[in-house]
Amino acid sequence: MPIILNHVNCIYEEGTTMEVAALKDVNLVLQDEQFIGLIGHTGSGKSTLVQHLNGLIKPTGGEIYFNGEDIHDDDFDRKKLRSQVGLVFQYPEHQLFEVDVFSDVCFGPKNLGLPKKEVELRAYEALKMVGLEDEFFYQSPFDLSGGQKRRVAIAGVIAMKPQVLILDEPTAGLDPKGREEILNMIRDLHEKMKCTIILVSHSMDDVADYAERIIVMNHGEVFLDGTPKEVFSHKQELEEIGLAVPTVTDIMHQVKELGYPVDESVTTLSDATDALVNLYHNVKKYY
Amino acid sequence: MKVYIRHFLQKKGWKLIDMSMIKTKKLTFEYIHRDEEGNVEGITKAVDGVDLDIKEGDFIAILGHNGSGKSTLAKHMNAILSPSEGTIYVAGMDTRDEKNIWDIRKNAGMVFQNPDNQIIGQVVEEDVGFGPENMGVPTKEIWQRVEESLKAVGMYAYRKHSPNKLSGGQKQRVSIAGVLAMHPKCIVLDEPTAMLDPQGRKEVIRAVRALNEVENITVILITHYMEEVVYADKVFVMDKGQIRMEGTPKEIFSQVDELQKLRLTVPQVTLLAEECRKAGMPFSKGILTTKEFMEELQCLLS
Repeated sequence: MPIILNHVNCIYEEGTTMEVAALKDVNLVLQDEQFIGLIGHTGSGKSTLVQHLNGLIKPTGGEIYFNGEDIHDDDFDRKKLRSQVGLVFQYPEHQLFEVDVFSDVCFGPKNLGLPKKEVELRAYEALKMVGLEDEFFYQSPFDLSGGQKRRVAIAGVIAMKPQVLILDEPTAGLDPKGREEILNMIRDLHEKMKCTIILVSHSMDDVADYAERIIVMNHGEVFLDGTPKEVFSHKQELEEIGLAVPTVTDIMHQVKELGYPVDESVTTLSDATDALVNLYHNVKKYY
Repeated sequence: MKVYIRHFLQKKGWKLIDMSMIKTKKLTFEYIHRDEEGNVEGITKAVDGVDLDIKEGDFIAILGHNGSGKSTLAKHMNAILSPSEGTIYVAGMDTRDEKNIWDIRKNAGMVFQNPDNQIIGQVVEEDVGFGPENMGVPTKEIWQRVEESLKAVGMYAYRKHSPNKLSGGQKQRVSIAGVLAMHPKCIVLDEPTAMLDPQGRKEVIRAVRALNEVENITVILITHYMEEVVYADKVFVMDKGQIRMEGTPKEIFSQVDELQKLRLTVPQVTLLAEECRKAGMPFSKGILTTKEFMEELQCLLS
């Protein structure tokens, strides 16, 4: 069942001189099993939005429906909601605290009140899912590298078996290879667990390669919503709000402006390479 | 005498190339792990026999994956860490000599990753004045320096603001101004943009380039973002505490496979040119900017 946001508003410090509208009339339907990229610059409302999805923040107006129920109804089980909508914060490795990796991942399912065997099974599966080898299971999480720590933290959320997994800037501060590894891991998760993924990011290049739908936020409003191709065809509007299209899309736009018949809506490196090589061969053949 | 020569050259807009700002000889740094009883469990060489010679006025970039030793190396440059073996000279001073530490830190300022960890003032201009005040600069001159520094990073309009109301990129620029107010010859920036959004990253890099080009301050920029490196005079790539590659950005980025082995990548436009080249389009190696790419493409298509 999808998550539905119906005219959601969020105003911080309402009724004071410090009043700020963080979300303005947001209407969204987040379908099951979609891989969604959520983009916007600092202060655009992305983080506020994702915190609404698992009920950490209550909207000042409008409703949020999960599995058809209003999550702020009095009889709605919000504890269950938080196990079903998993939120991985920025720099999640700062939240690691247990003596070893395995106990840290067990913490979430243990709090769900599951039997010990089930807890351990889930922790094991989650650690395998994020690609961590057995040899690390009984090490202190603080002895791992940055990328490994982040995997452990993500495993802690996966072990709750959420239907929706939200990751806030999961690649911040990692080196290029580490970034790629985490993003590939998220893609695998999406395929294996069949859950909805919401990837919050500043990086257009990352999101273009992985997401099937992109939502762009600006000043608390949904600015654009569609497939990467649709969203990145609005190059000028994106640039006006301080975001850029992926480098390859930018290049294809420039090639098109020179008068060559290319599809300027490509968003991935391999598509752009194919398009340019084709163009090159056609031009050469012609002369 | 040297001072006069430098002033003369600066007036002419020339760079004095033979002055060494930072020089290391077989620099090695070891972290020693101990268990609860204090017995040595193991030794990690974070920096392993590095030889560097950075000239005054250079813009140097250091690349490397997480854990390659770049930050440990950077911390030697203003004597936060002292080498286990080998030597490092900053503006001709040996960092192991305690007497030199204050002078070294005056000469080489450092900017760290997290903007929230390095701002202490309640008002922007107070924060920038903290460094020179600690150095015992007369009050009148402090205000002058604060004004100059904030103007150099484009934050003068915010001088009366509270730092916690600024964006990440603005906070980082205030941090840079704080270092600048101490009139250093050299600034070491340890991943200054890692926690910023694209807009903030652009602001910071623009400010850093201006310092190098206009004020002729030596810049050592440590980063993961390949796009930020293209303006450097020279790039060093580190792995396992050693320098594995060095050269101009063009030389470095033409070695795509080599960089990928070191857990790094090249700017997307460089990668696109490389892929096209493999598929039979004769692009030259090491294209760094979209502009360069478009120029070559136009030649190829006409």
